[in-house]
Amino acid sequence: MAESRQSIKVLIAKPGLDGHDRGAKVVARALRDAGMEVVYTGLRQTPEMITEAALQEDVDAVGLSILSGAHMALAPRVLELLQAHGLGNVKLFLGGIIPDQDVPKLKELGVTGIYGPGTATQTIIEDIRSACQTS
Amino acid sequence: MPDILIEDVLSGNLLAVSRSLTEVENNTEQGRQLLDQLFPHTGKAHLIGITGAPGTGKSTLVNALVRHYRRPPEGSPALQIGVIAVDPSSPFSGGAVLGDRIRMQDLAGDPGVFIRSTASRGALGGLSSTTSGLVEVLDAAGYDRVIIETVGAGQAEVEIARLAHTAVVIEAPGLGDDIQTIKAGILEIADLLVVNKADRPDARRAVRTLQNMLELPGHSARDRRHHGPAAPAPQEEQQLERDHSSWEIPVLTTVATTGVGVPELAARIDAHREHLQQTGGWTNKEQVRIKAELDVLLRRRLVDRWKSSIPSGKYQVVLDQLVNRQISPQRAVDWLVEGEKS
Repeated sequence: MAESRQSIKVLIAKPGLDGHDRGAKVVARALRDAGMEVVYTGLRQTPEMITEAALQEDVDAVGLSILSGAHMALAPRVLELLQAHGLGNVKLFLGGIIPDQDVPKLKELGVTGIYGPGTATQTIIEDIRSACQTS
Repeated sequence: MPDILIEDVLSGNLLAVSRSLTEVENNTEQGRQLLDQLFPHTGKAHLIGITGAPGTGKSTLVNALVRHYRRPPEGSPALQIGVIAVDPSSPFSGGAVLGDRIRMQDLAGDPGVFIRSTASRGALGGLSSTTSGLVEVLDAAGYDRVIIETVGAGQAEVEIARLAHTAVVIEAPGLGDDIQTIKAGILEIADLLVVNKADRPDARRAVRTLQNMLELPGHSARDRRHHGPAAPAPQEEQQLERDHSSWEIPVLTTVATTGVGVPELAARIDAHREHLQQTGGWTNKEQVRIKAELDVLLRRRLVDRWKSSIPSGKYQVVLDQLVNRQISPQRAVDWLVEGEKS
């Protein structure tokens, strides 16, 4: 049998209108250096675009970088669309400025991990790895 | 993960297509079984390769070209388009950042376009070892055109010539001088040459340099690739070679960001397909492509089989001797493949 290689595949996207993508790029690079395949889609993505990309790319996880304060609108919408497209198994991660009081609600909705400023990239890597354990 | 239904792939169900691509890309048992069943349904799509140095505008041009295909002039049908975009894997971590979608955002929300990013996973030549399988999935799923965008390629990444029916090589003004153009490699594989970013001041010169290269005697050496060095040359192929050299490689100009020149590029790509179909070049390209795929798979299988057949530890013993310079690399191969006595 020929050898097969599986990498964890992650979509990193920036929904909403703010243009600060440095955090998203840092995370994308860190995940790459951890051996993951990272689809980076750039700025100003709508939840529909993010879901379409997740579907076509068959990713294991989606990471959203949100600094605009719109996370309570965007994250539930992405979760809903993923579910509607048969992608309920895709894990959703959030990074950016997410106030502490919103975290329990987001996790309850199904967000797997939420990371604020100063999070070590190693933490994110380990969380994604354990959430997307490939067989 | 539940089994993927072959009917779903053939009818273009997006989730089934996407999951099939993953299985094929990972070369799993399910992926191989899918290809077994899908392969008879392939051979319909026109496979268009887009290659060129990093930063010449490959992804942006793919974006513009697909937009053109999706908004055809009145009376002609909009084509279903698949895109396979290959980006390099890190040689250290094996990971990759796949960023081609950034330039293809105009295509978002269009159900007639399927874009898949894939990492080269250590393969040289500008593609990954499973790219041909990915193309076959999209072909079987009913996409009329499958555009394959290679890794940003330099001089030697010429695998795309074997995979695609039509190879488009993109240049941009200001890259290299005319000596670069007479070196062997990527320019030789072009069926069409495109100078993108043609609104830049030195675009005219880039076009002239490429035209001069094409006028040099002996440029038709490009036809050798249709056979490969190891292939036999029966009479039939001689015939095809002559037909091939009757295709005049155009040098086109585009500005991918505005769409200038894109309708002409699409028309020339179509003209190339018609040329291939009229001259028998299509069949020849199919043979070359399928032979290349067969050879790759055969090599992989043989190496795997050999690896599992040698006594454990022997490889390491020979490697140690090699590292200590007790034997030469050639002799090491002799020992591993033929046995120690040689």
